[in-house]
Amino acid sequence: MEEKKINSIKTLNELKNGEKGTIVSFSDEGDVELKRHLLGMGFVKGSEITLEKVAPLGDPIKLRLKGYSVCLRKNEAENIKVQI
Amino acid sequence: MNNIKIGLAGNPNVGKTTLFNQLTGLRQHVGNWPGKTVEKAEGHLNFDNSRIDVIDLPGNYALSAHSIEEIVSRDFIVDEESDVIVNVIDAANLERNLYLTTQMMELGANLVIALNMNKFAKKREYEINVKELSELLGVPVVEIEATDSTSKEELLKVVEKAANNPIDSSKKLVYGAELDEHIKDLENLIEENNQLSDVPSSWTVIKLLENDDIVVEKVKTLPNFIEIFNEVDKVKKHLKNVYNENSEEVIANYRYSFIDGLIKESVVKPDVEKPSFTEKLDKFITNRILGIPIFLVILWVIFQITFTIGVPFQNLIDEGFTLLGEGILAVLGETWLSSLLVDGIIGGVGGVLTFLPVIFLMFLGISILEDSGYLARAAFVMDKVMHKLVGLHGKAFIPMILGFGCGVPAIMATRTMEYERDRLLTMMIVPFMSCTARLPVYALFVAAFFTAYQGEITLSLYILGIIVAIIVAAILKRTTFKGVSTPFVMELPSYKVPSVKGVLIHSWEKGYSFIKKAGTIILLASVVIWALSSLPVGVEYGTQESVIGQIGTTISPILAPLGFGEWQALVSLIFGVVAKELVVGTFSSLFGGAEEGAGIESAIHELFTPLSAYAFMAFVLLYVPCFAAIGAVRQETNSWKWPLAMVAITTITAYIVSFIIYQGGMLIGIG
Repeated sequence: MEEKKINSIKTLNELKNGEKGTIVSFSDEGDVELKRHLLGMGFVKGSEITLEKVAPLGDPIKLRLKGYSVCLRKNEAENIKVQI
Repeated sequence: MNNIKIGLAGNPNVGKTTLFNQLTGLRQHVGNWPGKTVEKAEGHLNFDNSRIDVIDLPGNYALSAHSIEEIVSRDFIVDEESDVIVNVIDAANLERNLYLTTQMMELGANLVIALNMNKFAKKREYEINVKELSELLGVPVVEIEATDSTSKEELLKVVEKAANNPIDSSKKLVYGAELDEHIKDLENLIEENNQLSDVPSSWTVIKLLENDDIVVEKVKTLPNFIEIFNEVDKVKKHLKNVYNENSEEVIANYRYSFIDGLIKESVVKPDVEKPSFTEKLDKFITNRILGIPIFLVILWVIFQITFTIGVPFQNLIDEGFTLLGEGILAVLGETWLSSLLVDGIIGGVGGVLTFLPVIFLMFLGISILEDSGYLARAAFVMDKVMHKLVGLHGKAFIPMILGFGCGVPAIMATRTMEYERDRLLTMMIVPFMSCTARLPVYALFVAAFFTAYQGEITLSLYILGIIVAIIVAAILKRTTFKGVSTPFVMELPSYKVPSVKGVLIHSWEKGYSFIKKAGTIILLASVVIWALSSLPVGVEYGTQESVIGQIGTTISPILAPLGFGEWQALVSLIFGVVAKELVVGTFSSLFGGAEEGAGIESAIHELFTPLSAYAFMAFVLLYVPCFAAIGAVRQETNSWKWPLAMVAITTITAYIVSFIIYQGGMLIGIG
């Protein structure tokens, strides 16, 4: 049980194509401005988020949340944890 | 007559500018916000005995101090004497759109909400209870369709009414008992002094909890600021204990939960969302295999439209001015006046106007890409390349490619980029893309020195330009543009058919403002160069005896280490700053007016060796772009700092690269 619970939490950049999760935390590490911007765009706790597509060259990624699509570079997504 | 001033606010891609065009039509003017590089579009209309002035605010997701655009919008709402803020909202994307609305409500702005793209929302089977929504927000909500003029009248009526009966929109905003209580306590502390009364104190408190630099500075002017900051810190710690999140996140969460509440009450969504047209199209357009080829084809089409269609018009304008010049010469004869008119003024004005077709067509193409929603996809597909190579946003790719055609539209195309740093860095390296005006110079020298390898040598120059751009970008990133790299975060808006009116207005506006602003600089510079070539009185135009020839003779030794220290080379380079085509023209006139061909070729054989010829071509590739490009940078950045920086960067780079080529070549014995 314990192990399963750990497995079901991933960082946003680790989601697979089409995989869906709920945001559980947003780490304070990394760029503060970026975090502010993302909070405003709906990357808040409890938001459902789906990875729709990875760009042809492997980065950035396209995500869907709150009824719209947004793209981020993988390193910008790694501070956000999601529960699958 | 009644004067009403309104600001249009909203997220990017919600049809704000479309509504602006719909309201003001051609009665609009695009400039800059005072002291900022952010574009400001103003217009006006007459309605029902009122003159309504409309200001299109930048598209924002929030009103933090996150970007200059957000600060501009915020300052407008706080400081300017606006009567009504019209908040344009995408009905198909209510949640995120309302986030900005909550922030304007915190400011107590006199809001009217224009709910746009209802047709699209209906297609997705969203049912919005507008009356309920308006009730819950405490502000009027009007359904509009910005692409046609649906409900334009109704919107204006509501705006007029709101202007006469302003409301405080912060009344209905609730963030829950926990937070509201703390806000109230801090509010009292701030109000003790009766300062900062231009904004609601509750807003100041929220901004303090969000660590907003600008508000923190303002609060520091209050006499009891130490007490305030202590209390704020206490509240922050308390929130951290309760929610295990910092206060910024807590506030964002509260805003979104307020919105969630609204949506639950006023919107019915289908249980399973149908995949929209956009999602289906995106599967194809951003496809792993097809994504890049599709982008390259679209880019090729834009390039072809801009230059294949534009250049014949450019030539036509050019020929027209040549004819006019000949006419003047025929009437006035060869006097200083006819020389001023023909070489100075007509040369200058003609030089400006010839850019009109390519600028107009390029903006036509770019506006269609941007308004349709494709540009964001192009950036998504190309970002990795740009990010790896030059540390820039995927959106920088298009201006860079346009630079191979002409630097002027390329520099103007940088305004599709959100972040100023990216925009500036791109402008600084676009000139290294070899533009078509440099081709005649290569053609002349390649034909004279490298007959067997014409194609290869020319191609090598293009590649040299790209390599230098990458190196210069890397250096600038580590020096001038040092610091946090700009984030990529970008919304991928729904695809839509661009409005013809919007695209045409936009393209015309750009072409016109280039001519008006950059044109003045080009004309002035052309006249100065003319004067330098014609003085002292009586000398033949541009010869060694003229001022320009003397300048060339005096400073040309500086270029000797590059292999071309003769005065003719330097004078032709000076003329090349007016326009690159003039480098060839100058050589031909300096060598006895011989028409291009065997005459100049043998003459340049006396001045150059193959090695110094290559170094010279590299210099022409890399040094100061033309006055038009300088003017474009001046116009885009609204300051002299960046065009001058560009002149310095390009000249120094050209000198260093040509130096390495010539001296390196001598060392290994090719000279």
